[in-house]
Amino acid sequence: MSKVSSNWFPQPLVNSNWQLPITMNYKIIHSTQYSYSNIVNLCYNEARLTPRSFAQQVCTGSEFTVEPEPTGYRERTDFFGNTVCYFTIQRPHQQLTVTVTSDVEVKAREIQGDAAANIAWEAVQQRLHTDPRAEILEIRQYMLASPMIPSMPELRTYAERSFTRDRPMLAAVADLTDRLYTDFAYDPDFTTIATPLADVLKHRRGVCQDFAHLGIGCLRAMGLAARYISGYIETLPPSDGKKLVGADASHAWFSVYLPDIGWTDFDPTNNHKPTDRHITVAWGRDYADVTPLKGVVFGSGTHELTVSVDCSAV
Amino acid sequence: MIQSIIDDSYTAGFSEIEHMDEMLDRSGKINPHWHAFIQTLSTLGLEEMAVCHKAVVRLLRENGVTYVVHGEKQRHRPWELDPIPLIISPSDWEAISAGLTQRAELLNLILADLYGEKRLIKDGLIPPEVVYAHADFLRPCHALVPPGGVHLPMYAGDLARDVNGQIWVLSDRTRAPSGAGYALENRTVLARTLPHLFGELGVRRLSVFFRAMQNSLAQIAPRNKGNPHVVVLTPGPYNETYFEHAYIASYLGYTLVQGDDLTVVDGHVYLKSLDGLQPVDVILRRVDDAFCDPLELRQDSLLGVAGLLEAIRQGTVVVVNPPGSSVLENPGLIPFLPDIAKRFIGEDLRLPSVETWWCGHPAQRDYVLANLNKLVVKPIHRQPGEKPLFGTELSASELNTLRNRISAAPHLYVGQQHVHFSTTPALIEGKLEPRRAILRSFLFSEKDGYAVMPGGLTRCEGKRSVGLTHSHFLDPIVSIQDGGISKDTWLLAPEPESHISLWQHPTERPNISEDSHGLSSRSAENLFWVGRYAERAEGHARLLRITLDKIKMDLEPSPLGQPIPSAVFTETVGEESRNVSELAYLRSMLRSLTGLTSSYPGFVSKSGKALENELISIMLDTKNSGSLVSTLQSLVSAAYAVRDRWSTDTWRVMNSIENLCSTLEGYNSKNGAAPRNQEIPPTVSNEADERMLQHIQMDLDRLMIFLSALGGLNAESMTQTIGWVSLDMGRRIERALLLIVLCRSSLVAVQEEWIEQLLLESILASAESLITYRRRYRAALHLPTALEMLLLDESNPRSLVYQLKRLQAQIRDLPRDKVGYRLSEEEQLILEALTQLQLSNTFQLAQRAEQTTQRQGLEKLLVRLAQILIEISDVLTQTYFSHVQGLQQLVSAAISQ
Repeated sequence: MSKVSSNWFPQPLVNSNWQLPITMNYKIIHSTQYSYSNIVNLCYNEARLTPRSFAQQVCTGSEFTVEPEPTGYRERTDFFGNTVCYFTIQRPHQQLTVTVTSDVEVKAREIQGDAAANIAWEAVQQRLHTDPRAEILEIRQYMLASPMIPSMPELRTYAERSFTRDRPMLAAVADLTDRLYTDFAYDPDFTTIATPLADVLKHRRGVCQDFAHLGIGCLRAMGLAARYISGYIETLPPSDGKKLVGADASHAWFSVYLPDIGWTDFDPTNNHKPTDRHITVAWGRDYADVTPLKGVVFGSGTHELTVSVDCSAV
Repeated sequence: MIQSIIDDSYTAGFSEIEHMDEMLDRSGKINPHWHAFIQTLSTLGLEEMAVCHKAVVRLLRENGVTYVVHGEKQRHRPWELDPIPLIISPSDWEAISAGLTQRAELLNLILADLYGEKRLIKDGLIPPEVVYAHADFLRPCHALVPPGGVHLPMYAGDLARDVNGQIWVLSDRTRAPSGAGYALENRTVLARTLPHLFGELGVRRLSVFFRAMQNSLAQIAPRNKGNPHVVVLTPGPYNETYFEHAYIASYLGYTLVQGDDLTVVDGHVYLKSLDGLQPVDVILRRVDDAFCDPLELRQDSLLGVAGLLEAIRQGTVVVVNPPGSSVLENPGLIPFLPDIAKRFIGEDLRLPSVETWWCGHPAQRDYVLANLNKLVVKPIHRQPGEKPLFGTELSASELNTLRNRISAAPHLYVGQQHVHFSTTPALIEGKLEPRRAILRSFLFSEKDGYAVMPGGLTRCEGKRSVGLTHSHFLDPIVSIQDGGISKDTWLLAPEPESHISLWQHPTERPNISEDSHGLSSRSAENLFWVGRYAERAEGHARLLRITLDKIKMDLEPSPLGQPIPSAVFTETVGEESRNVSELAYLRSMLRSLTGLTSSYPGFVSKSGKALENELISIMLDTKNSGSLVSTLQSLVSAAYAVRDRWSTDTWRVMNSIENLCSTLEGYNSKNGAAPRNQEIPPTVSNEADERMLQHIQMDLDRLMIFLSALGGLNAESMTQTIGWVSLDMGRRIERALLLIVLCRSSLVAVQEEWIEQLLLESILASAESLITYRRRYRAALHLPTALEMLLLDESNPRSLVYQLKRLQAQIRDLPRDKVGYRLSEEEQLILEALTQLQLSNTFQLAQRAEQTTQRQGLEKLLVRLAQILIEISDVLTQTYFSHVQGLQQLVSAAISQ
């Protein structure tokens, strides 16, 4: 998605009748197409394209269609609780299309009380390291380096400016988000999935997944817990009229953990705190844990990929 | 008498440092469990033992027991075995087997928990980082169905005794522990060399363990428990312990496969075999966890099977050990094992682990950093470039670097106590010497617990050194690479009668027929190429031998004293003193060699010394892909790839061929003066050249014998199943092609009758048909009759028609789906070839057209036949062999546009 101006912020988080959180309904049609130069006889695939259901969101329906007809379609829940669809195609084909149509109900995130919002980041760090409760022990895996987010001293150097002494945790993360937004140029031509984080940091450009990885890397470097979210965002129509169908794409942002409060999302690509316009599909340590669609194909030749996402409020 | 074999030099230095020896007690007396052995050894004498040692070395070499040393041009190195075993006392063994059984049971519970409920983490018994930061904690393996309810079927532990007599567990092996096969081979070799020793002493047999393993694998198979299809999944011949993978597979009667021999269809794992897809029930895995499935695990893996994890989830196949089990190869777990043991089984650890401090814990980290110069530091997981480091051996700056590395990511490191091991006697240069040793023990789950191998793989240091500790030979392979030596490990049976039935290993092999579960397409292809390369090598060697003989015989040193080789290779000398025709004949022979080895331009347009160089090149140059040495190398490497299919005798022959190949390569590097296509003055080292040619001639004679032996064993000792058919098809195609090339390069061009006679004789000789020809025709050589004999005589096993007929019969036997009466492509091709050949007339073939110097009819026929044979080879490859397809990864492109 393209970057919107920095003064764009979500609408007020609660409506006038603030006891009832706003619920937004979305229909998402995500279509992925691979076209092969040569005939492919066999392929194995794994998709994480079904939106999760959790406190802030309910996926009321999701339809998964594959063309050509797959063999052995199976669904399971992975280590992180995401829905994984596995399928194979065991006949010759030259094109593979995966379309997922989902209906999702998103509740606006509730505003956190003052006390919670004011916890200093050092206190959070302390709790994470010493709290012996099972929940915290499990969360500690999000403090460690992961396949696409190695630990690098540069990350800490970058992060430290936001984590000044006794600064409230959420304010510090908001500041980090703001800096990532300001310091890094959105440049879809610069990076691919394989671009190492160090290059993104060095050249100060990338796309949403790079910014999410950076944010997570900075937080982990500060001894905090952060995870990667893959999902969609409802983009606002251009000022001159109707929103373009299919112009949108998958999106990514990060989430940070506060004891007693839980996970709070931040979107460094748009410099804001997601509320009710972000639809969560899956989460994990980084992109590698939640790759929307991956596959192993037996055949020679090259392939071309087309992705379209239509995410509209209903 | 005993004094004579254990003299003062053995105990020299024992008093200087704390010391513990396995054979001697502290007062220098021989421990009771060593008595009988030492007694026998004394009777035998160390000289006799040294002779046995030589026999051991020879047997290991002949049996092809190797390991691959990386960085040394991927060489297969012979395995080292000391003839003196490590003998373990009954009481020690009781402690070891009970301790390791308990440990395996505990690790099994831990593994189940880590990939399931994670109570150990949630309840604070294991710090989360020890597991979550471990490279082999594989999240896709979460909640995988365990094989037959057992999460850890196979376990190996490394043990050593310290100088105070305490036995410690040094490390746990849970990935795909190597060494059990080497232990078995050590035993087999030693038992052959010293049979009476085993009989007299009552050494407990290892086969019991392998039988338990076989039974367990059958028990945990999801179906066909009576006769499950078990495959051994190997990374391939370049893996350092490939010998063992092949050895275990053939010992247990399993199929040796590589990742792309398997495929997942409809959620089931199948072996791609010549007979089609064969369902697989159990995979005995020697591929690293993360490489098992390129879809869900490492995407860059070419060693795994796409969809394997999903097949495991569906319960259609069982993998041993299951992927993910390597998370237990984790020294970070060691400090927490005692508490876990109390919690899970309510017991203390029977065998202590070597004292370990996990640096993720601040106090323990501080201890490690403060004592860095005394401890061993290890990463919690195996990572490229990360090795155990020994504080005592590091310089101040190295210690500093290590300190910084630990401080940057303390949870990834442990510090371990430096244990000083006990020594055990080894036979070094005819004398017993004390060497520090460690033992790897193997366990396999069975119905009620674990079966422990009554023995194991002992490794001892290669050099006598005081400071050496467990550090250097934790890994058997590393230890052997570092000059360590392996040993057999003996438990003496308390019941003396049990020794009666010992040492019948060869007959103990389970009677599972070799091909009961089909032959993988890859193995079939490799056998096909073994056939082709063996035949090619034979053809080359034979023609080379004839050419060299001719050079010698026809061009004996002239009275003028001109040395031989230059007479052949330099025209100026030769043309004056020799019959021009002979040289023309030789030229023609050399041209045949070029054709045969496809090493154009080769001899075709050369003269003088360049010819000599070319001759050496086509024999010895490894860079020349058509050279004899290259062909032999290809033969050996194709044979290695199907290591499990060869009998011991066949493998011995193959080893001899490999050794000879190295000898031939050696000439080339020594010679050095034979760079291709370079003119060198003819006077240079003629004598040396001549000597070398003489040696080569003798080597070629030996090679012919080996290759004939190989052919004989292939023909007479292989069951004539599909594997043999593949090999023989390779032989037939190659033999036919070689004959065609020979005939084309020497008989198509019309030459002086005298030269043609010589050429015909040589070709008949190289096709082993000369004697028959002489007997049958007696008259002078005559082209039409010679062609009859070479091409069309069905009774001549070297004739072209004979090869094609055999090939036709084998093609008929290939498994295929018969569709009506239509012939398959390869059937059509062979029919066409045979028809063309049989319709030809040798008198017409021998004619030449007006005003040409070529026998065009012959040329046309031969060219067409060669084309067809190559097409047949291609069709066979496509239809039967190459199920191995290119693999690509699909990944969603960068998200957000």
